[in-house]
Amino acid sequence: MAPDEPTAEGLTEEAAASGKVAEAAERELPDVPALAAIVGPYPSTSWVVADDEWVVSVDAAEYHDLVATAKDGGFNMFIDLCGVDYFRRDPRFEVVLTLVDTATPMRLRVRAGVAGDQPEIVTVSDLFPGANFYEREAYDLFGIDFPGHPDLSRILLPDEWEGHPLRKDYDVGSVPIQFKESHKVQ
Amino acid sequence: MTDENQTEEVETGDAAIAVEEALPEGTEGRRVTHDMWVAGTEERPELRQFTDEGSQEMLPDEDEKNLDIQRGVVVDDDFELDDASDEEELQVINMGPQHPSTHGVLRLHMELEGETIRRVKPIIGYLHTGMEKTAETLTWLQGPTNVTRMDYISPFHNELVYSLAVEKLLGVEIPERAQAIRILMTELNRVASHLLWVATQGMDIGAISMMIYGWREREYLLDFFEKVTGLRMNHNFIRPGGVAADLPDGWEEDIEELLVKVPAGVEEYHEILDENPIFLDRTQGVGILTPAECRAFGVTGPNARASGIDWDLRKAFPYSGIDKYEFEVPLGQHGDVLDRYHVRMNEIDESMSIARQILETMPAGDYRTEDRKVTPPPRKRIDESMEALIHHFKIFTSGFSVAPGEAWQSVESPRGDLGVYVVSAGGAKPWRMHVRGPSFAHVQAMPAAVTDTLIADLVSTMASMDTVLGDVDR
Repeated sequence: MAPDEPTAEGLTEEAAASGKVAEAAERELPDVPALAAIVGPYPSTSWVVADDEWVVSVDAAEYHDLVATAKDGGFNMFIDLCGVDYFRRDPRFEVVLTLVDTATPMRLRVRAGVAGDQPEIVTVSDLFPGANFYEREAYDLFGIDFPGHPDLSRILLPDEWEGHPLRKDYDVGSVPIQFKESHKVQ
Repeated sequence: MTDENQTEEVETGDAAIAVEEALPEGTEGRRVTHDMWVAGTEERPELRQFTDEGSQEMLPDEDEKNLDIQRGVVVDDDFELDDASDEEELQVINMGPQHPSTHGVLRLHMELEGETIRRVKPIIGYLHTGMEKTAETLTWLQGPTNVTRMDYISPFHNELVYSLAVEKLLGVEIPERAQAIRILMTELNRVASHLLWVATQGMDIGAISMMIYGWREREYLLDFFEKVTGLRMNHNFIRPGGVAADLPDGWEEDIEELLVKVPAGVEEYHEILDENPIFLDRTQGVGILTPAECRAFGVTGPNARASGIDWDLRKAFPYSGIDKYEFEVPLGQHGDVLDRYHVRMNEIDESMSIARQILETMPAGDYRTEDRKVTPPPRKRIDESMEALIHHFKIFTSGFSVAPGEAWQSVESPRGDLGVYVVSAGGAKPWRMHVRGPSFAHVQAMPAAVTDTLIADLVSTMASMDTVLGDVDR
């Protein structure tokens, strides 16, 4: 990796900081009752409360149940799901789900860490049919498996594509492209 | 069984002999003769003895209704589905990716029963160019050139949402004038996008003239964009830290002109379409999405508001000072194509009203932030100071670094919730940038709207969802 490129070191520190928050969180729940009702039953959660959004980090094991609780708690509009590759951090991947409560209004972002070797996290497409395409995209570009997904196949790339391009260790430029008449340019 | 066949053969054998005897040579069988006969070239053979007598008795249900259909009195073309339909009657058809009414390279894999769509699967990715991967190789300041090419019908919104997300991580203050310019450009962009929509929606369901009219008014807006940014689309005008340049001299007169021309055009559209019986037939009760479906699939923007969901990010999470201006959020009731038309037409009026308010209250000040970390020094300083020249050079070559963290920002684009999720690792380039395009969710929700409807309604529904494939595939 070239020296001027960003590294994941800062992110590792950030993750460590959020881990400390999680330890403290087991003792007291957030001031916001609606958020406390969502994160209360799940000991692995940590959270950040802002004016217009709540950010909840959760372990992969409790992710599906937390999303179901959030859906019952008013966050019934699906907005987004995407993957992030934090590379050299444990857990390596993260699935970031965004839900919205249209009545309050409030935005909820759920960050669930996914282990690096054989990444998999249970699907939420049974709760939100809209997660279907987004999970396919995360599978396509990051190679994250979603057990229980009805049709986990590539969505943006051709079916015969090898590798998952948004991973940080994807070999960009490994497919040679022969430009027409490129030999003339010397 | 063999006995029956033998007796039949004998009977029909007799009839066949009779035919051969009566017809001239080379005209075996009645049907062939009838089809091949050309007026004036040869004498028509005499067929009467084989046709009329006893033919009516062969009808299985000889009631008055069937006889009327036979005689052509009743035209009965209502397609009625058999409850126990056979799987073999399904027909698989591909629509796109080169079909003109898919508005891009969307491919629909459909299972048809007659003209009724039983299942449909959208297949996307034909326009995928890996823009999220590209974003990781561009500096924060180069990012807007990339995102502006995603949803090419509303480039200002893409630039705005990206810039707001980066500014959230940077924590810089944007001057009021820059914010007002941003809102002015994005709201005019919303009008341009809706004008394009009403033009193509009209064309897709047969009102070709609508296409010409919609394009005409949109051109006035694009002329203004060109005057301000230098380009008709892909402007790279809204950048982290402010906008690229101040509004040009005489922009007030241009806006005043737009405030006359565009509403006059919209008035004409109402006259053409509102009472048009063909337009109403093709839109009323077509492509219905219920509020529950909208929530489940993440359908936002005018499509969700047509279904009655009161959800507009300009009201819910105001950005860039849009809460200073007064506007209404139009809502529909039925969630059909006609409601989407009315919602969008009303949004044009509301956006023009916001443009008028900005014209009246445009604050003085700078068009970009004074924070020297993200803004290069003024041109005058570069001539005088070597340090300023180095500063300018560094910003445009290595870029500025952004503190580690993650941020989500979304704005109300003409199509719905346009969101950007950025992760910074502290470098001069994003660690990850994800764009949540509203069209991606709308393509996904399309099967819910068109299943068990006619294929002709699919074209109307698809146009009304206003999907932009550059936004879907990225």
